[in-house]
Amino acid sequence: MPYFWLLLFFAVPFLIALKISFAKAAIAMPPYTDVLYWVDGFPVVKLRGENYLYLLGDSLYINAYLSSLKIAVVSTFLCLLLGYPMAYSISRMAPATRNIALLLVILPSWTSFLIRIYAWVGILKPNGLINNYLMYLGLIDSPLKMLHTPIAVYIGIVYAYLPFMVLPLYTNLVKHDHRLLEAASDLGAKPWQAFLKVTLPLSKAGIIAGCMLVAIPAVGEFVIPEMLGGPETLMIGRVLWQEFFNNRDWPVASAVAMVMLALLIIPIMIFHRAQAKEMEGKLT
Amino acid sequence: MSNATRTSKWSWLFLGFGFFFLYAPMLSLIVYSFNENRLVTVWSGFSTKWYGALMQDDQMLAAAWVSLRIAFYTACASVVLGTMAAMVMTRMRGFRGKTLFSGMITAPLVMPEVITGLSLLLLFVSLSTWTGLDFARGMTTIWVAHVTLCMAFVTVVISSRLAELDRSLEEAAMDLGANRVKVFFLITLPIISPALMSGWLLAFTLSLDDLVLASFVSGPSSTTLPMQVFSSARMGVSPKINALATILIVGVSTIGVIGWYFMERAERRRQAEMQAAAKQ
Repeated sequence: MPYFWLLLFFAVPFLIALKISFAKAAIAMPPYTDVLYWVDGFPVVKLRGENYLYLLGDSLYINAYLSSLKIAVVSTFLCLLLGYPMAYSISRMAPATRNIALLLVILPSWTSFLIRIYAWVGILKPNGLINNYLMYLGLIDSPLKMLHTPIAVYIGIVYAYLPFMVLPLYTNLVKHDHRLLEAASDLGAKPWQAFLKVTLPLSKAGIIAGCMLVAIPAVGEFVIPEMLGGPETLMIGRVLWQEFFNNRDWPVASAVAMVMLALLIIPIMIFHRAQAKEMEGKLT
Repeated sequence: MSNATRTSKWSWLFLGFGFFFLYAPMLSLIVYSFNENRLVTVWSGFSTKWYGALMQDDQMLAAAWVSLRIAFYTACASVVLGTMAAMVMTRMRGFRGKTLFSGMITAPLVMPEVITGLSLLLLFVSLSTWTGLDFARGMTTIWVAHVTLCMAFVTVVISSRLAELDRSLEEAAMDLGANRVKVFFLITLPIISPALMSGWLLAFTLSLDDLVLASFVSGPSSTTLPMQVFSSARMGVSPKINALATILIVGVSTIGVIGWYFMERAERRRQAEMQAAAKQ
């Protein structure tokens, strides 16, 4: 039964989206009627590549894809930089403190994502907390522009996805045998050498899982660039949203989604293999 | 020893920074929700008037009610489907389509929501055209979308529990003449119940939180809380949203901490029992 559910509501929709991405935007599409009630108007029989050619032809889309990838990669790296030491420290705590620390990491990811992003609006805006404070200290005379900049988007992504980086890293790091580090140190390795040669290679699976868990959804992120980014922060999730909700061009939106999926399919497969390994590793 | 203390000093520094980064924004929301001033970030005195204003906001309340109902049904369905999927994943080996099945379970975890949302909407529209039935978009379609997403998370939570489970208990029950169904309900289910509980809570919070999927598949009568919050947050920062955020943060944290406490207690009791059993 779950199989059929997933097949019907996960696999089949992609095929339909794929099909519609080859369709032509119907002239019958009323620009501003309630989207929710008209259901026909897709000449879906002929496969047309024009939506894809359109994507290729317009530099907006290519730039959006590239900048989404760039933003995702950079923020994943920042997440790793911050998350790895956190996961490492937690994994070396006493079990009782460890669980509390872990709960503290997970807790924010349970509370509303939207609201946590919204919190940053209040902090970064021109008369927001940071600017008020800096002006109060007399460090700056006029407010810094922080909201609606790429930096705000980076902060938002790192902030929102940090728990997803820490958790897989922690699950991996906590399983490490500390005797290996002791052995390394007995053999004359300095702590940083032992870390580079023992801990880091052993935690590769955790790093991969964490990075994929952050990077893949970040590419298609809509809420963060919409709320924190400026008009110049192009991200493909936002382009898709606008294509769909503002331009009402469903076929082009589908094509955008399909190209995004094609870009992400390899990372998704890497993630899937890491996840499958994790499940099998627990079985044996 | 000096090494160890130095490491731990660095650890505390990183952890401190990390937790500050995670919690400071949320704390600022909470503090300023009690601000009397209409300008959210200019403090002018303590007040709870924004909570009063929130309670007067019918649109917001209606949206919250819609969201809570969807989240409840989503959590229940996801736990049932997720448990089945987890049993299949951990117990059955090599059936036809297993690769596809496990792929479909892990993919929603990372799939950008805009893609899933768009595809699901197109599915509902196509279904209506093909069957001639009217799949009016509304709570049901949001529910379907949320179950699809949450089920994946629940499956991961439950299968990691199932994988750790001591199979000999089930085998013993089977040897004593219980059939598979009985074994499942009397042995397996009680043992994995903490995982079911945390899976349910996870699905509930995920569903309560989702903006993107809901925006794609919702109908005119089904504005969810995140959609309402998003449209007002787009207009700018408003103290009412701060009040709502505080309620949500406090509510979810309380549920989370309680859930975590029960999990911990169950886990400790289980371990104590295991040790006791081992001694005998």
